[in-house]
Amino acid sequence: MHSLGRPHAIRGAVRLAMALTVLAALVSAAACGRDGTPPPKGPDQRELPAYQVDSAADVADSPTWRAARDRGRLIVGTKADQPYVAQQDPANGRYSGFDIEIAKMIAADLGFAPDRIEFKTIASANRETALQNGQVDLYAGTYTINDNRKKSVGFAGPYYMAGQSLLVRADETDIAGPDDLAGRKVCSVAGSTPYQRLQRDFPRVKLIGYDSYSVCVDNLISYQVDAVSTDDTILMGYAAKVPDQLKIAGRPFSQEPYGIGVPRDDRAFRLAVDDAIARHQANGDWRRAYDATLGLSGVPAPEPPAIDRY
Amino acid sequence: MTAQAVALYDEPGPKALARHRLYGALALLVLAGVVAWLVYKLFDTGQFTAEKWNAFTYKGIQELLLRGLGNTLRAFAWAAVLSLAFGAVFAAGRLSDHRVVRWLSTLVVEFFRAMPVLVMIFFIFIALKVEPRWALVAGLTLYNGSVLAEVFRAGVHSVPRGQGEAAYALGMRKTQVMTYVLIPQGVRAMLPAVISQLVVALKDTSLGFLISYEEFLYAGRQIATNLDYSLPFIPVVMVIAPVYIGMCMALSGLAKWVEQRGRRSSRTG
Amino acid sequence: MNVLFDNWDIYWEGFIGTIELTAVAAALALVAGVLVAACRVSPVAPLRVFGALWVTILRNTPLTLLFFAVVLGLPRFGIVLPFFAFAALALGCYTSAFICEAVRSGVNTVPAGQGEAARSLGMTFGQTLQLIVMPQAFRSVVPPIGSTLIALAKNSAIAGSFSVVELLGTYRTLNEMGYSIVWTFVWIAAGYLVVTLSISAAFRLIERRWEVAR
Repeated sequence: MHSLGRPHAIRGAVRLAMALTVLAALVSAAACGRDGTPPPKGPDQRELPAYQVDSAADVADSPTWRAARDRGRLIVGTKADQPYVAQQDPANGRYSGFDIEIAKMIAADLGFAPDRIEFKTIASANRETALQNGQVDLYAGTYTINDNRKKSVGFAGPYYMAGQSLLVRADETDIAGPDDLAGRKVCSVAGSTPYQRLQRDFPRVKLIGYDSYSVCVDNLISYQVDAVSTDDTILMGYAAKVPDQLKIAGRPFSQEPYGIGVPRDDRAFRLAVDDAIARHQANGDWRRAYDATLGLSGVPAPEPPAIDRY
Repeated sequence: MTAQAVALYDEPGPKALARHRLYGALALLVLAGVVAWLVYKLFDTGQFTAEKWNAFTYKGIQELLLRGLGNTLRAFAWAAVLSLAFGAVFAAGRLSDHRVVRWLSTLVVEFFRAMPVLVMIFFIFIALKVEPRWALVAGLTLYNGSVLAEVFRAGVHSVPRGQGEAAYALGMRKTQVMTYVLIPQGVRAMLPAVISQLVVALKDTSLGFLISYEEFLYAGRQIATNLDYSLPFIPVVMVIAPVYIGMCMALSGLAKWVEQRGRRSSRTG
Repeated sequence: MNVLFDNWDIYWEGFIGTIELTAVAAALALVAGVLVAACRVSPVAPLRVFGALWVTILRNTPLTLLFFAVVLGLPRFGIVLPFFAFAALALGCYTSAFICEAVRSGVNTVPAGQGEAARSLGMTFGQTLQLIVMPQAFRSVVPPIGSTLIALAKNSAIAGSFSVVELLGTYRTLNEMGYSIVWTFVWIAAGYLVVTLSISAAFRLIERRWEVAR
């Protein structure tokens, strides 16, 4: 079969253009590029407290801790897109936020300096899987404690009490609380506690699920959804970033205790983490970490909740 | 005009040519209008402002994208090698003389061809708790390997019967017939199809994005959904899409070149 | 084992979602595919270029990237549709490129002499197409379209990660409820097998029917 003359020439030209674009992109990437990171929006993070590393730490009964010590580093699962709580700068890969500070405190008590912690981004839906198959040693990323999850993982803490709330566009006047959501489109992370609560208690809400809140916020700003619902800590972070586009609506309508996810059957590890949290709450590190991260949103530090050793 | 379209219409005469030129002009106007609207919309929603493209000028971001691209290519390389091996093994199984081996191979190949790749990747990632990179490679191998098994088998069958019969008549055993006669000739026929399937494998590496494997699309999303960079979604798509399209076109181009070379040499042979 | 029977409504909802998405996307793909194929074989040069660009770009873009661009990108242009519509759009356009190629190669298998004979008998373009070219092209076009639609049904699984209710997405709900993950997936796989085998059987019936009509 003869091939058509001109379209092939055009296709060849298109292909050449594509290849040149790719080449140009790669060359320009290799040649120039500013160091550092693009300036972040919102208030700057203040100086973070330093935590004393307990080099004599020994949790011999815990297989998780022993594996981490042999490995030489502690692997912590966390989030990457929750401003001031657990966020990663894409330009240099560094993590920052309140949950990151809590993880650093715990790691210090377990004998790991901050440079011996490896942070991994794990999406909400995969948290239990990651803890069960040893992908991470512990998880610190707005992980709400509930009985259903306790079937597959263990929880140390709680180290913070958050509440579910709503984030809306700054010019939104119709939504003042969860009861105004009937028939409106609300976005949350599929499988998360806020998602399930909306499904259960507010059935007339049109629920949209993604695997991360940043996509939800993106949708909110581009008018795809009318509100984003999750813990007020996460929402406060987003609102602090772009206060001219987003705002919090109403008061928290639930209690969300944040815990550190640990492997379910490693009791020694869990109790060691509980001890670490209690120690840093007592010596003021907890409040200092809060003031330097979440406190920037303007909400003063609450009282840390009582720890549940089960 | 060309030979291809002659079944539908004759060589156009002067009036028809004028009519075609009119249609051509109209079509061009409509297409230009659509493109103009698109470009207007892009400027209108501020996609070309420095604010949106600022993130790309930083070395850290560029390295993030290049790392993602590297991960994509690495997953692709592993999947390609393993699916070729998988395909070869199961094609041999399907061509075997032993009925049990044949049935088992057929069952395996048909099952993995009927399953969506994503279901297999999710299963391996979640149920078997394998880390994202290997879950992706395994899922891609199972699917593309099964399709390649079929391609290999069809390639061997496409060799003229006489070749096999002559080889057997000379007293060769089955393995020798395969190795010296059928496979070398079959390879030339199946090479374009094999490369096309590898293009499919390359495209499907982007499924790693859904199990949080840090490949190219994942790196793009990290940048695109970042409030600090003013949510540069369209710029990210404008950077990532040409790279993907360029890579796939390069591979498809390779397939076409191999096919044309094969046709040329077989004509003289 | 009882995952299926205890949660029949969840599975059923997902299954119907998959079927709806496949059906709508298939309809869109067939219509668009035939139109773009018409563009590619037309004597009007700009249409041919458009057709070639459409096919080249869509065939070489990963479907995940297309979903990503459509579901998360189009709203920025002011086009806000329900997620199902976006998914059907992305899936339909992607598959239309493959259908276009199948139709085009099918039309090319019809010998030129057929068209010449038809026109020498005085048939118009429409008559030639309807009575001579399409019936003959149809026979060689049906198998590749069948396998393309099966691929479409399988690709619909990606939509589950973009907020569309379909079969693969049900694993998240069931996993949260604490069911055995292996059995959850067994039933999901069974659902997809039902869909792909039905499409395959339907197309074999169509092929056989046309062979008899010969």
